[in-house]
Amino acid sequence: MAEPVATPASPLKRTPLYALHVSLGGKMVPFAGYEMPVQYAPGVLKEHLHTRAAAGLFDVSHMGQVAVVPKSGTVADAAAALERLVPQDIIGIPPGRQRYAQFTNAEGGILDDLMVANFGEHLVLVVNAACKDADIQLLRDGLSGVCDVQPLADRALLALQGPKAASVLAKFCADAEAMRFMDAGPRNVDGLTCYVSRSGYTGEDGYEVSVPADKAEQLAEALLSDKDVLPIGLGARDSLRLEAGLCLYGHDIDTATTPVEAALEWSVQKVRRSGGARAGGFPGAGKILAQFDSGAARRRVGLKPEGRAPVREGATLFATADSAEPIGKVTSGGFGPTLNAPVAMGYVPTALSALDTVLFADVRGQRLPLRVAATPFVPNTYKR
Amino acid sequence: MTTLYTSDHEWLSIEGDVATIGITDFAQAQLGDVVFVELPQVGRALKKTEAAAVVESVKAASDVYAPITGEVVEVNQAIVDEPALVNTDAGGKAWFFKLKIADKSELGGLMDEAAYKAHTA
Repeated sequence: MAEPVATPASPLKRTPLYALHVSLGGKMVPFAGYEMPVQYAPGVLKEHLHTRAAAGLFDVSHMGQVAVVPKSGTVADAAAALERLVPQDIIGIPPGRQRYAQFTNAEGGILDDLMVANFGEHLVLVVNAACKDADIQLLRDGLSGVCDVQPLADRALLALQGPKAASVLAKFCADAEAMRFMDAGPRNVDGLTCYVSRSGYTGEDGYEVSVPADKAEQLAEALLSDKDVLPIGLGARDSLRLEAGLCLYGHDIDTATTPVEAALEWSVQKVRRSGGARAGGFPGAGKILAQFDSGAARRRVGLKPEGRAPVREGATLFATADSAEPIGKVTSGGFGPTLNAPVAMGYVPTALSALDTVLFADVRGQRLPLRVAATPFVPNTYKR
Repeated sequence: MTTLYTSDHEWLSIEGDVATIGITDFAQAQLGDVVFVELPQVGRALKKTEAAAVVESVKAASDVYAPITGEVVEVNQAIVDEPALVNTDAGGKAWFFKLKIADKSELGGLMDEAAYKAHTA
């Protein structure tokens, strides 16, 4: 049978937890220029199910952590400057909170998606690994004069996700339980000064913990010593976020998709839209605000194949079983272990985006029916 | 009954004119958790190396090729109903399909167990 190929052409980077992954039996693969564990001994299915039942620990240190520090010493100045690069209300993020944001380009497309936290005197951003260098350059070019852009290169990032995450972290961090979804800030974890947010990429309650790189293994081992915690690889991270209906940059969102087309309107606060006090003022605002006002031609939707066959990224979508013209494309797809069924997301014409609309995907030459479905496919359990 | 292997991790169990075909335990371990299997139709004529079946893990789909030329005489509904069987019993209960052998000389190019073990060492 066909063998999966993975031969890196240039040396891969390693996170501070590389040795730990190998010692835990991690199957290491290339991802965004890093050698990362795609799974451990249990496998993707079991790791996915464990995360939704108990607590999974993910190494996401490959992602970029960046401090944006106002030269004036006033965080509102940094926030106002960052609003020149994103369509979100950053000035309005209260201290100790974070928001989901996107860097946009002149065509209204998305350069990356990220989290922006207000740490009181500066902002802390978490960006995708694949876009890290470009994002830092974008920030430096865009915010020069107003802010110092400081990549936090000597920090690791761990995600602890699942219904038991809170009770586990409580044993190491007295303040964890009191945090609400999207709270973010410095906290003492296992005697270490960490940056903690109550957020994640799985749809479950959970936390992301930024820890100094030289203490990452210590913290990871402490968390793994808890009977409820298992290490989880990138394979399950992907199936978890897909069931949660969350976008993967470079797949569900990219420079050719606007936040409106991507069904991310909820992340663009009113103050930045037409009629708002700080309307526009970000790249592509003309196109994006026009889409808010008049609608976009296409939309990202959840898709549920009617059979058992997964429908994967790249599959063309058609309105009927025998129409000749494609009407859209699948941008993420796979098998959802919690649903025990295939799930997908893709772009369809807005006119065909109503729930339960039946469409057809070309899979190996056959037209397989699927239905437009609401996301998340599995309910979120955020502690709001 | 003879068991032979291909270099891309399929096994054939030959009994008279009929070859029962599956993927090896090595292959299932590489694939990870199997979530979907698509088998050829009974009656289909397959040429050696032609894509015959599909086996999908959570992350990706893989083709299973016809190791020899022949006609599909039976397929294993058990692995369609329960794809996880491919992980738990790849070499036995999780066979994929049976072929009526068209050309016995094609078997000469396949590996025996010792050669396959060396291949995956």
